[in-house]
Amino acid sequence: MNKKPQRDIKTIVNASLARRHAAERRFRWYGLIAISLGLVFVVLMFANIISQGYSAFWQTYIELPIHFDSAVIDPEGHRDPHVLENADYAALIRASLRAQFPHVEGRRNLRDLYNLVSSNAPFRLRSQVLDNPEIIGTEQSIRMLASATVDTFVKGNIDRHIDESLRSIKDQEIAWVDQLQASGQLKQRFNTILFSKGDSREPEQAGIRGALMGSFYTLVVTFLLSFPIGVATAVYLEEFAPKNRWTDLIEVNINNLAAVPSIVFGLLGLAVFINFFGLPRSAPLVGGLVLSLMTLPVIIIAGRAALTSVPPSIREAALGMGASKLQMVGHHVLPLAIPGMLTGAIIGMARALGESAPLLMIGMVAFIADVPGSFTDPATVLPVQIYLWADLPERAFVERTSAAIMVLLAFMILMNGLAIILRKRFERRW
Amino acid sequence: MLFYLFVTVALLSLSSYYLGRKRAFAVAGSHIRNLHSLPSFYGSYTALWCGLPALIVFTVWAALQPGVIIELVVASLPPELQQLPPGRLNLVINDIKNLVSGNIVSSSPDAAILAAADHYRHLQTTGNAALWVIVIALALAGITYGWRTISPQLRARNRVEHVVNALLIASSTIAIFTTIGIVLSVLFESIRFFHKIPVSEFLFGLQWSPQTAIRADQTGSSGAFGMVPLFTGTLLISGIAMLVAVPIGLMSALYLSEYASPKFRATAKPALEVLAGIPTVVYGFFAALTVAPLIRNLGTAMGVHVASESALAAGLVMGIMIIPFVSSLSDDVINAVPQSMRDGSYALGATKSETIKRVLLPAALPGIVGSILLAVSRAIGETMIVVMAAGLSANLTANPLQAVTTVTVQIVTLLTGDQEFDSAKTLAAFALGLVLFIVTLILNIIALTVVRKYREQYE
Repeated sequence: MNKKPQRDIKTIVNASLARRHAAERRFRWYGLIAISLGLVFVVLMFANIISQGYSAFWQTYIELPIHFDSAVIDPEGHRDPHVLENADYAALIRASLRAQFPHVEGRRNLRDLYNLVSSNAPFRLRSQVLDNPEIIGTEQSIRMLASATVDTFVKGNIDRHIDESLRSIKDQEIAWVDQLQASGQLKQRFNTILFSKGDSREPEQAGIRGALMGSFYTLVVTFLLSFPIGVATAVYLEEFAPKNRWTDLIEVNINNLAAVPSIVFGLLGLAVFINFFGLPRSAPLVGGLVLSLMTLPVIIIAGRAALTSVPPSIREAALGMGASKLQMVGHHVLPLAIPGMLTGAIIGMARALGESAPLLMIGMVAFIADVPGSFTDPATVLPVQIYLWADLPERAFVERTSAAIMVLLAFMILMNGLAIILRKRFERRW
Repeated sequence: MLFYLFVTVALLSLSSYYLGRKRAFAVAGSHIRNLHSLPSFYGSYTALWCGLPALIVFTVWAALQPGVIIELVVASLPPELQQLPPGRLNLVINDIKNLVSGNIVSSSPDAAILAAADHYRHLQTTGNAALWVIVIALALAGITYGWRTISPQLRARNRVEHVVNALLIASSTIAIFTTIGIVLSVLFESIRFFHKIPVSEFLFGLQWSPQTAIRADQTGSSGAFGMVPLFTGTLLISGIAMLVAVPIGLMSALYLSEYASPKFRATAKPALEVLAGIPTVVYGFFAALTVAPLIRNLGTAMGVHVASESALAAGLVMGIMIIPFVSSLSDDVINAVPQSMRDGSYALGATKSETIKRVLLPAALPGIVGSILLAVSRAIGETMIVVMAAGLSANLTANPLQAVTTVTVQIVTLLTGDQEFDSAKTLAAFALGLVLFIVTLILNIIALTVVRKYREQYE
């Protein structure tokens, strides 16, 4: 009577073991699948962006023999800078292209031919002549930017086998490009324009220099404001503040600010800094102000963690030697906590670097071709530049957007790597 | 100009530090121990006297000067210009400012405006010059005062520490001022909006088409400001995102904390957290240019019509973005469950998965719910992905294959571009911001309290 049910339980358990172990294996697989899905997304995204963007680091150039005809540039022969500046340099390029392809006839075909080179080529010739008027009358081999269509085609992003009406490059243009390529006049070189120029409507002339400088100025403001204030707040809350309702309120506020959507900070910036204080729109100064309010909670929270990791014995020793509280913090606790605080600050800066939504609100989305030179110049930042370019339909801009993303990600990896190195180097176990 | 003044004051302050220190040594004579404080405190004391009053005056002056100058310039304008309605007057002031800064002016300026611009320039030079003189004088006076008051009995350390303490308190209140600033800026504009559009219409209206008439007789002049379609759109996209993020994030966290070897965990966890570090604009680009066309082509292949800016694409990518939030937050929560509870379950013969399902998850449930709520608030407030990948038209639908719009998308579209600041259109953005702020605030507060309560339970 007593033994029977026990054997039953044993058989029941044994019978169910297979099922239970199967469930166990299944559950384990679910976990593994979940993780691999997450990792696959990471890999997929990086692969997608790199495969779309790596080609933007090369740029197609066309080398043409240009005869700097003095009859076109300077008919009077006075070398008057004003005349040199206003000469018709496009005519030189047209003449060279016509000499290269003598069989092309008809207005429309000729226009297609002239469009092989980028629209800024005449300006390059002009600056060359202005720099060195000696070259007038001679023939020079000049390297010029190819147009975006040619560039896209040469990079293999337009299929030459599909029907002519479905692609943006015509059959005759393909023939010209092939001919230039065969004669070695069409070459790909490293794309310096991407890093040295501001934004442009022409993809082949567009660069991220302006956005990078805008990001730089914005981050400088952000760091200068949020790091001292963040450190001061962390020190106050951790070392000086009495435990009362007021400090509780501050703490609740900081925790909440860390979770407020970034776009709301943009609304704050628009209403307070621009409409109330009358600061200039689109300026890195305002962007930096907004972003510093956003990064402040990150820095405070990291700073407090760094301060709590300093053992109390250090404080007691300092106080025991007769140091005042401020001396104790300033001479002993803060120097030990600063690496940790800096790590937090760098991570906060990396986040600020990638932030774009609040900056849309304060007008940093304008098309700005000039590279900003100060904190109040109209500017845009790298993520916003990506956003602006992502809207443009040209294939050449897709490529550049991906390249800009790669640059942005490189900066973020750099900053996070720096933070990790700092942490590894200065981490102390007490 | 003002920047150089700032630098000058800073340099003066720095040099006065050494002056004060030297003075302290001098008054102490041969007996340093006669000094009340360390010499460096006398230095800081002088530096504070030099820098602090000067900088306060500098800030206040620099903040007020533009306003005062405009008042003066307007007062000096001819009466017929002064009588213009505020909007026109603003245009005139803008013209004057543009003339002063050498920008392009909207219309050819007449004599009165040219004169006003000259006046403006004159006032600006005078003001800046006065500021320089006053600030430098104040700094020098501060140095002198500090220098003269230094004596062995002066409690320099206490004074300096008082000031530093005040500075620390002041910087810690910035967080509060930020919150107040957010609430006030959003609230004031929203109240102005609700004067034009009633609250009930805004909260319960089923139509969203934010146009305002430029002329009274314009067709389609009556804008509709009902936020229900925006809110359902936001919920739809966030819902899709959570459907992706919660299972993947939670299962990853469980696997990493319960099954994975330390080595695997050390590589997989940071790799997963890379997702959290990628800027949202990158996700937006990925969603708009890769995922959305993929889904549309897939739909076409299956004979289903999918909008090119479908909610599904935005939601999926947003879900990917949120995975690390869910996983790292629930990881913390799961690790907080005491080992003894696991051991008890194993001792009763339960397998690992049974322990997780029957013991760990129920114990960690409040914390997990809290972390999911935090993730939801993140999804609702997320902007760039939806701006780039979701639509603009406010459809009231639950079909994930259609285009919907969200609260954040509308805020961005209403506020980017040139608009006058007083129209119902721009004010509507602030009302939406207010709703967004309140909703995320409530979610955050609930989540934080739940998580905190839960932590305390096991501490």
